[in-house]
Amino acid sequence: MLHIHDLQASIDEKQILRGINLDIKAGEVHAIMGPNGSGKSTLASVLAGRAQFEVTGGSVEFLDKDLLDMSPEERAREGIFMAFQYPVEIPGVSTTNFVKTAVNETRKHRGLEPLDAVSFLKLMKERMKLVSIDQSLLSRSLNEGFSGGEKKRNEIFQMAMLEPKLAILDETDSGLDIDALRIVANGVNASRTQDNAFLIVTHYQRLLDYIVPDFVHVLYNGRIVKSGGKELAMELEEKGYDFIKNEFAVTEEA
Amino acid sequence: MYEENDNILEQVTSSEYKYGFVTDIAADSAPMGLNEDIVRFISAKKNEPAWLLEWRLKAYRHWLDMVEPKWPNVHYPPIDYQNVIYYSAPKQKIAPNSLDEIDPELRLTFEKLGISLTEQKRLSGIAVDAVMDSVSVATTFKAELAELGIIFCSMSEAVQEHPELIKKYMGSVVPATDNYFAALNSAVFTDGSFCFIPKGVRCPMELSTYFRINAANTGQFERTLIVAEEGSYVSYLEGCTAPMRDENQLHAAVVELVALEKAEIKYSTVQNWYPGDKEGKGGIYNFVTKRGICAGAYSKISWTQVETGSSITWKYPSVILKGDNSVGEFYSVAVTNNRQQADTGSKMMHVGKNTRSRIVSKGISAGFSNNSYRGLVQVGRKASNSRNFSQCDSLLLGDKCGAHTFPYIEVKNNTSIVEHEATTSKIGEDQIFYCNQRGIDTETAVALIINGFAKEVMNQLPMEFAVEAQKLLAISLEGSVG
Repeated sequence: MLHIHDLQASIDEKQILRGINLDIKAGEVHAIMGPNGSGKSTLASVLAGRAQFEVTGGSVEFLDKDLLDMSPEERAREGIFMAFQYPVEIPGVSTTNFVKTAVNETRKHRGLEPLDAVSFLKLMKERMKLVSIDQSLLSRSLNEGFSGGEKKRNEIFQMAMLEPKLAILDETDSGLDIDALRIVANGVNASRTQDNAFLIVTHYQRLLDYIVPDFVHVLYNGRIVKSGGKELAMELEEKGYDFIKNEFAVTEEA
Repeated sequence: MYEENDNILEQVTSSEYKYGFVTDIAADSAPMGLNEDIVRFISAKKNEPAWLLEWRLKAYRHWLDMVEPKWPNVHYPPIDYQNVIYYSAPKQKIAPNSLDEIDPELRLTFEKLGISLTEQKRLSGIAVDAVMDSVSVATTFKAELAELGIIFCSMSEAVQEHPELIKKYMGSVVPATDNYFAALNSAVFTDGSFCFIPKGVRCPMELSTYFRINAANTGQFERTLIVAEEGSYVSYLEGCTAPMRDENQLHAAVVELVALEKAEIKYSTVQNWYPGDKEGKGGIYNFVTKRGICAGAYSKISWTQVETGSSITWKYPSVILKGDNSVGEFYSVAVTNNRQQADTGSKMMHVGKNTRSRIVSKGISAGFSNNSYRGLVQVGRKASNSRNFSQCDSLLLGDKCGAHTFPYIEVKNNTSIVEHEATTSKIGEDQIFYCNQRGIDTETAVALIINGFAKEVMNQLPMEFAVEAQKLLAISLEGSVG
């Protein structure tokens, strides 16, 4: 589904990604872990198409199309979803209205008629349950005055509404208490199918107790330095990131 | 990255003005320029009584001694008042006795603007007075309204048919000598609408006036007067458009509202005068005095405006809260784009006890435009236990435009409460990216964000107008965000 080859990217002429290689197939859950400043969120942003990052080398194929050639909205309509670490507020625009616009833009792209009010409401009610989100929250301005947990649940709710092929969760666990974490993870698990895939960017292992990954990759200094199964996450939790730093800082200089 | 964002903004805020056509119709005009003879000419054209001519002349002589206000935060070359035609009426072969006899060319003009002068074709629920240049060309649903005792007609007609009401109320809220542009208007006003809602009557339909400037080099000077007697209610709408011309044209109107005890007047404006081109050439100077008086206890006046047009806007719809427990409201969305300038806001003058007022102003600036909110909240010595709440929010699109706030507050008693809140924000790249990431393109995202920003005001508009106004907001900013 996603094929990243030697991806390099920079911001303000500072190199952040130094050659990422990663393959994700349908039905898989991949976790990207790494210390602060290793480039985790940059990778997520580059895949979503955020303009301030400049891709300086490499390629990304998504469903056999050149992802880097597409605008952010095209990527979204093709099936890439990013759950933001810091979801933005849009005053005066209700979450319902926002999601409806998003769903219908995506449907238009796929040559489908916009959902009528009744079908939309039905779908919404169903997906709300996944993340135990309340109708009243969805009538309020998008993310305005939402608690940290509500914002993240809202992200997963939007994901469930848009049914993406590849969902990128950018530090979705940050700022969540254990109950909210469980709710968010349940929402993600319920959305898993054989046809979609997840890329979970996280600093801590605890989210992976609830969303069990098929693969774990450790990102350090703009490169994936170690890959493994879910046990790699445990190892990191136990030893901390220092062992990675020590191991690879040496290699780097050698 | 900011540059890129601004480019997108530029693209979104540069669409064409779609009401810029000119109707080819012969006009009966006054010679260019302004002097006492022109004032007499207009008065004679309208067959006015002597007292009204005197009233005009007094205003004119006063105007000669006044100076144009320089305090607004707008800039324009000096206006040559001798280079304006003060009276221009589209020639109709005969005076129409009924709506069927209106010149087809005129009918077509208004139809092109989406205003049907044929009652049968109209959505029921709105009566229209159509004003082109200096005269009213048609008023619909007059007969139906008359059955309830409601008078809805052109100002010229009201002077002839209801002189006692005009004499009593005209100039009672905005005196002929009130300010430079009001004095000019009082001297040369040509037409406008008059509404009178008798005691206890709730007007069953929206009343509206549609103003159109057509002829070149003319100024439009109309007066609107609405009187709501005890316990009555009326909702009134006004809309405006003009052709695209390279010269600036002057529009100096006066609107007066009088609400007696327990009466309520809701006045909504969608102002879309030609804003000039992208470089700021041409466009309407919209210098307007709008004021209402809550004369009786428990009365209410509410102004709602959506201002997207005009090259320069100078207007402060105000309420004098004279009656005890009366309520004044002002809801405004002002959009400026390209080289447009707006200095607009409200005045709430609390005179009576327990009076309440609310100001909600939303300014949106794009391109190279400047958008200022200017407001005065005045609470008098006797206006005990009065309350005001003002909220002024500015939204900037791009980094070449300006938003300014000039709030003035004067409180002369210690039992009243005045609150003022203000925010300035920019459509963030983050907001746009967030929308993009959900499959929403930038233009749609901007429309969404703008409409969200203006929602509180748009909600105040009558249903028929709200959808139109929402589209207008998006169109005015088309090409300014990306």
